[in-house]
Amino acid sequence: MNLIDRMANLDRRWIFLMMGLAVGIPIIVIGITGKTLPEEPTPLAQAAFDVLDDLEPGSRILMAWDFDPASEGELGPMATSFIRQCAQKGHRMYFIALWPVGAQMIRSSTSRVIGGYYPDLVYGEDWVDLGFKAGNEAVIKTIVTDFAQYFPTDARGTSVDAIPMMEGISSLANFDAIVNASAGYPGSKEWVLYAATPLKKPLIVGCTGVQAPQMYPYVPNQVQGLLGAIKGAAEYESVVNKWVRSEQMLDALESGGITEPASSELAARFAANPSEASTWTTEAAAAAMSPEAKTRLIELASAPTPGIFLEAQRRMGPQLVAHLLMIGLIIAGNAIFFATRRRGGSQ
Amino acid sequence: MKRIVPLWITAIVGLVLIISNFLPGTRSWGEEATTWFGIIAAVAFVLGGGSLLKVHLKKISDRNSGWAYSMIVLGTFSATLAVGLFKIGVSPNPAFPDVPWSGDVQGQGTPFWWVYEYVFKPLTATMFAMLAFYIASAAFRAFRAKNFEAVLLLGTAFIILLGRTFAGYFMTSWIPVDGPFSGLRLEELSVYIMQVFNTAGNRAIIIGIALGIAGTSLKILMGLDRSYLGGGD
Repeated sequence: MNLIDRMANLDRRWIFLMMGLAVGIPIIVIGITGKTLPEEPTPLAQAAFDVLDDLEPGSRILMAWDFDPASEGELGPMATSFIRQCAQKGHRMYFIALWPVGAQMIRSSTSRVIGGYYPDLVYGEDWVDLGFKAGNEAVIKTIVTDFAQYFPTDARGTSVDAIPMMEGISSLANFDAIVNASAGYPGSKEWVLYAATPLKKPLIVGCTGVQAPQMYPYVPNQVQGLLGAIKGAAEYESVVNKWVRSEQMLDALESGGITEPASSELAARFAANPSEASTWTTEAAAAAMSPEAKTRLIELASAPTPGIFLEAQRRMGPQLVAHLLMIGLIIAGNAIFFATRRRGGSQ
Repeated sequence: MKRIVPLWITAIVGLVLIISNFLPGTRSWGEEATTWFGIIAAVAFVLGGGSLLKVHLKKISDRNSGWAYSMIVLGTFSATLAVGLFKIGVSPNPAFPDVPWSGDVQGQGTPFWWVYEYVFKPLTATMFAMLAFYIASAAFRAFRAKNFEAVLLLGTAFIILLGRTFAGYFMTSWIPVDGPFSGLRLEELSVYIMQVFNTAGNRAIIIGIALGIAGTSLKILMGLDRSYLGGGD
């Protein structure tokens, strides 16, 4: 048996082993080194960020988490970044789920982001968990006109009348934007058809890779921002991380006495190139700042981004090697196919 | 009678939902019908549970192949249902310490949370993750450039696979971003394929499906299509 025959009859367990290594080794390497691959945001990821950024602080954002643990690998990092941007911007977040285990996804993402990094946000004033409701698109159709009909209480059983941030919410029309993390039905398509389009509300969709091609036809009029799979999540995550760092440094600069527009320009500059911050603090322009403010600025510029806000970018490493392996396997499979055919064999 | 009544319910509710979209005065009728749907959807969970019990109990009693799996299904289903329904192991809410069932069944540390966190979550995530292995095997054995259409599909797949990773950026980063050939950068090319070719094809499919749904819905409302009632009619 020659090499071609042996390859043609390759035991599939070797391929499984290769895929296991293609995913496993990058996970270990990234885990040890902490390095991630650079991400350049596409216009769709930038648009998703801009929709939330352009809204005034305190805007009401409906966060619909329609996914389960099976798709958490793709959608979890998006959910984390959506919450981070809204929390940093000061938006009010209303979480709901049309999937039974979406309720657990809400708990998991809010406890990690809000509980871990924004403990000052008050439940019922800054964010609320309204939980899961059965009924698929019927839930959306109903809350378009009557929100309380499906959500008379939050997930903890508290009446919405006793929740301060629910005041003035009678229908979906009272929200400023909808953010949907979707893994299938019911999900992003239903939010487009029954809520965003009739109400003309901005809709940001984060969806799985298999769903993304079905959502492109709705861009840009019905879907303003679209994050497809882990790649979209990584792009959006990098934009949010850079912006959060810039916002934190802006606060440090302004509390140190640097005023607008210089403070904004400097914050953007240091966010793009953090090493410049320590050099700048030695220059004459920084003389007005106190030593404490300078130290704070350097700390913010050099502080590593917390791991939970790098999850999508970290997952791009295994994706890169897995994709290369797939291409290699397709080429090898075709090479064997043509070699066998030339010899007069068949597959 | 068993067929006439459901036919009339379908026809009336369907017409109400259509009319409520066009006549503002009848909008509340549509909302009412949607509320009924919500109630039915909630009851469907109970029916679903009953159906699950019926199917698997029959499989066990007939000793059909795989009946042992049915026992596992029923065992885990009953245990999870009991843990959630009776709030087993849930501490009372601190605000209502005298009310034993006032605690949060899904709160961290409860048996229901434990089942979700350490059984359901890893199992579903594992099932989904296994796809990567089967796709790799299929890529090696089934993705063949047998004809022109297959070559087009392969070429598109390569562009998307590379364009969605750092490899695409790395391989074509020598093409200037501001130059006339920037569209040939792999990351740009993959976005172009998704936004132009994919959108064109998908819009055509969506419009076709919508017309098909409208036609089928009319047939159901008029009682011409009765397949949803079962019985092979």
